[in-house]
Amino acid sequence: MGLLDTIPYKTVVPAHRPWPRAVVAETGWRAAVNHLVGGRLTLLAFWAESATVHMALFDAASSEVAVVSYECASGAFPSVAIHHPPALRLERTIHDLFGLTPTGAGDLRPWLDHHAWGKSYPLAGRNASRDAVPYTFLPAEGEALHQVAVGPVHAGTIEPGHFRFTANGEHVVRLEQWLGYTHKGIESLMQGASLEAAAKLANRTSGDSAAAYAFAFARAAEAALDIEAPRRATLLRALMAELERLANHFGDIGAICNDASFALMHAQTGILRERCLRAADLAFGHRLMMDVIVPGGVTRDVASEGVSALRALLAEIEKVFPRLIELYDNTASLQDRTVTTGIVTMDYARQFGAGGYVGRASGRNFDARRSLAHAPYDELSFEVPVLEAGDVNARVWIRIREVEQSVGLIAQILDRLAAGEIRIALPSGHGDCEGIALAEGFRGDVLVWLRLGGDGRVERCHLRDASWFQWPLLETAIEGNIIADFPLCNKSFNCSYSGVDL
Amino acid sequence: MRQTLLESLTHGSLTEPAPSPDDAALAELAKAVDRAAQAKLGRSLAIRQVDAGSCNGCELEIHALSNAFYDIERFGLRFVASPRHADVLLVTGPVTKNMRQALERTYNATPDPKWVVAVGGCAADGGLFRDSYACVGGVADVVPVDLHIKGCPPSPTDLLKGLLALLEHVGGKG
Repeated sequence: MGLLDTIPYKTVVPAHRPWPRAVVAETGWRAAVNHLVGGRLTLLAFWAESATVHMALFDAASSEVAVVSYECASGAFPSVAIHHPPALRLERTIHDLFGLTPTGAGDLRPWLDHHAWGKSYPLAGRNASRDAVPYTFLPAEGEALHQVAVGPVHAGTIEPGHFRFTANGEHVVRLEQWLGYTHKGIESLMQGASLEAAAKLANRTSGDSAAAYAFAFARAAEAALDIEAPRRATLLRALMAELERLANHFGDIGAICNDASFALMHAQTGILRERCLRAADLAFGHRLMMDVIVPGGVTRDVASEGVSALRALLAEIEKVFPRLIELYDNTASLQDRTVTTGIVTMDYARQFGAGGYVGRASGRNFDARRSLAHAPYDELSFEVPVLEAGDVNARVWIRIREVEQSVGLIAQILDRLAAGEIRIALPSGHGDCEGIALAEGFRGDVLVWLRLGGDGRVERCHLRDASWFQWPLLETAIEGNIIADFPLCNKSFNCSYSGVDL
Repeated sequence: MRQTLLESLTHGSLTEPAPSPDDAALAELAKAVDRAAQAKLGRSLAIRQVDAGSCNGCELEIHALSNAFYDIERFGLRFVASPRHADVLLVTGPVTKNMRQALERTYNATPDPKWVVAVGGCAADGGLFRDSYACVGGVADVVPVDLHIKGCPPSPTDLLKGLLALLEHVGGKG
């Protein structure tokens, strides 16, 4: 356990798989925070239980993961966010849900709690009240500045959230986001749920990433139970994950171009996206492939007409997509809007551990399919595209390259699909166990951590969307750009609201 | 690219035949329209979509209504940016408590006559999120609902059936 060598810890928790979880005292917690600040480790996730806080850490040099846990004896823990900004929203969420107080925190404004639930600290397991005070946005002052408030109900068919722009003329000097509008209490509903019911909730954490969430949830449960899904099921899971990636990338490439007033691309990629969803429907019986991936395997095998639909889909993409790439690359009016717009610096992408196209367009060479390789990706051949410009254009190009890789992956999977079991029975009579897994969703890595009780029910489950570490970077990306370019920047990120509001 | 443009001119339309109005939806709608007894709007409906806390699955399928296959505008249905331009609110989600006020305000900002269509299992009764401390339940617990379109999420065809049922009644029985 190399990652934990430099973090003093008290004990290692048994039956936590596949990576270790260590209980630390304050010195260990501070050592972990120092490694985050110094850049040796990356924060993968930060969550709580009623009297404990956990951080999942990643060491890029050795591709190791570990979880450190701090027991909040007096209902408090040393603030991480005061030293390491990527932890800020997660820390505010922990306080909102559990009432655990980060000592020394510089910002304890509510994040999810809009004072509408009728109770405070809903997951704390104890009664406590919190004063309802109006939300205060961070100040931005200056003679020529004005504010533009947008949302939660937006002009398009998108999720609700609030954006507060402070602008000098057309130029944005500060954007502050306030989310939480779609908070559904998913982690509360998971407590005490059967694995089957919890898997359904995981599927509906962020509808565009249903397969990715189900994949991560199933693997976390299987890690906890120390079992492996059959090989055919594993291949089918990856097939669904890549199909989901294709559908979303097509939708996004078109939507970004549409926001740059280039509707033709939107129409063309919309056709490809619809063809992906129809192939998914034929192959797996659901356009978004919900409830197919479950702990133990998959609930249905790919239909034979589904395999031919998938082969036809690949042929269509290989015929049409190169022309669309050429169109994107050769349209000056489009490039004028995307090149050098909405830049995320490489430093920020690294510090925040930004996943997906946001990280990879800004030089962060991380992809859960390769960096933390798992079946079946460990036997498939693919490349992870990385660029350094960090602008809207780079995020479009990462998507374009990923479409090409996913087409290759689906073809390899179809070639390898041999007859076999698709689901195994879950063991009964196991003791308490814990599991953690990452799956590479289309917008980045989805992390799931869970603890199962001896009765097979979920005691605690945390789902961490890639967007946690991407949303804050959108605030920096828009600075100095004009308000009219915000939709373009926003679409190039396409962060999830439901996935972070939970 | 010129080749792509020329080909798309010659390969014909991708749009598929319009589905027939859904019977259950019609029955529910007839009652609502009797109650409302609003003036005829003509064969055109402006739709404002409101996400009141969904997982975004319904929104993806609502988006699909505008693609070349379904091409919703051929039915006189179009999405508008403001509730003040809308005849219909298309509402998704289990209505989170954090969105309740925004939904009420959006409803109040929509001029009469107006119709509310609740889309998806969550919007019907809260779905999987019904028992959460953070959710209200269904859309009808917050604003009056004229039509439910079921599904998790409903397919574009299901959405179209429901909307066509609405259109025929709004346009033909004013």
